[in-house]
Amino acid sequence: MHLTLEFGGGLELLCKSVKIHEVDVDTKSGEDKLTMKDLLSWIQANVIKERPEMFMKGDSVRPGVLVLVNDCDWELSGNLDTTLEEKDVVVFISTLHGG
Amino acid sequence: MDSTNIPDTFDGIISEIEELKAQKQVLEDRIRLLQAQMEETTSNLTEGDFVGNGSCCPLVRPGNAVVDNGLTPEMIYRYSRHLLLPDFGVEGQLKLSESSILVVGAGGLGSPVALYLAACGAGCIGIVDNDIVEINNLHRQIIHKETFVGQSKVKSAADACRLINSLVKLVEHNEALSPTNALGIVSKYDIVVDATDNLPSRYMISDCCVLLDKPLVSGAALGLEGQLTVYHHNGGPCYRCLFPTPPPTAACQRCSDSGVLGVVPGVIGCLQALEAIKIASAIGEPLSERMLIFDAMSSRIRTVKIRGKSAQCIACGENAMITKQSFQCFDYEKFTQSPMSDKGRPKLGLIPESAEN
Repeated sequence: MHLTLEFGGGLELLCKSVKIHEVDVDTKSGEDKLTMKDLLSWIQANVIKERPEMFMKGDSVRPGVLVLVNDCDWELSGNLDTTLEEKDVVVFISTLHGG
Repeated sequence: MDSTNIPDTFDGIISEIEELKAQKQVLEDRIRLLQAQMEETTSNLTEGDFVGNGSCCPLVRPGNAVVDNGLTPEMIYRYSRHLLLPDFGVEGQLKLSESSILVVGAGGLGSPVALYLAACGAGCIGIVDNDIVEINNLHRQIIHKETFVGQSKVKSAADACRLINSLVKLVEHNEALSPTNALGIVSKYDIVVDATDNLPSRYMISDCCVLLDKPLVSGAALGLEGQLTVYHHNGGPCYRCLFPTPPPTAACQRCSDSGVLGVVPGVIGCLQALEAIKIASAIGEPLSERMLIFDAMSSRIRTVKIRGKSAQCIACGENAMITKQSFQCFDYEKFTQSPMSDKGRPKLGLIPESAEN
């Protein structure tokens, strides 16, 4: 499944300062769908290069990270159970506090 | 400055002369403004309200004579370009001129917020900050002038606003906003703009706005990115609905640690002023339940849909636990494991101390 992943608000520093990643993620054998839960573990294994604790906590993202699936907060689509589709855009944004 | 103390070095003397000249300029500007005001008020008494001056724009006299629509002739002339806007017009200007807006933080975000609110004619602007102006603030905190280095940011910001628009009432809160004074200060205003630079203040301001039922225009900027949203407005979420648990301290970077390109908070601050004006004048769709994300490097602005109000939120949910009493004792620094002020933090050590003075 082809997805566009974007990291912002400093999270890109965890993946060699690359903000946009075009990726192909294999779905689990026997299944044709991919959930956000699956995607997070795939990202943890394949995209995050350092300080994984700055991206995840438990089986979800750490506090202070907004997850957007096609420009919409994943809280509105089922959080970890959100089902992804081909060519979806998933954005991870760390909230900023500076000014 | 001690007037008897002559600097040792030639450079010191030159720089003091420059500083004094700049201060003199500020005073002269103020005198001119006051004289102009006095002249206009005097002639207003003798000549009546409206006098043509031969140019394409009528010379409008100030004064408190309120015409039918509630705006004075001076306001009609000053805000004429606003009044021409069908979506804003007299009604929008009138509502804006009756609104009071609190700007928390007179830094990179607060600078354009206060400048635009003053220029556009908000009725009353309160500014809260307890910092002093430093030379390394000036690349982004555009409201402050070199002559104000070492002086209070609130005073500097309020004076800058007064020079732009003497019709606006400015209130200087030269103190840090804290749980003990926040309810008292915020209760005097209709709208709050969060232009602070730290996490505990963001939680505190959001909780305070929920308790007092005030809309909150929240902006943040760091490095080359910015974020903007409106909390607790039209049934939308508060800061805690979005971020019930604070992030780890390692994720709480500040401009003083990580850097920021000057214009980035400028962009976000301008948008905060815009949202505050929209709310004050009741036009358009404020950025509630949505977040604007600005990426300076790719010149991209995306607006995303964010969750609504959370029923479980401890600040604004069905069984909210934060009360006016508990708020005043809540330790926001402990909650976020992060300080409200970066005073007393070790210096970056990028350059020798001598060069910083």
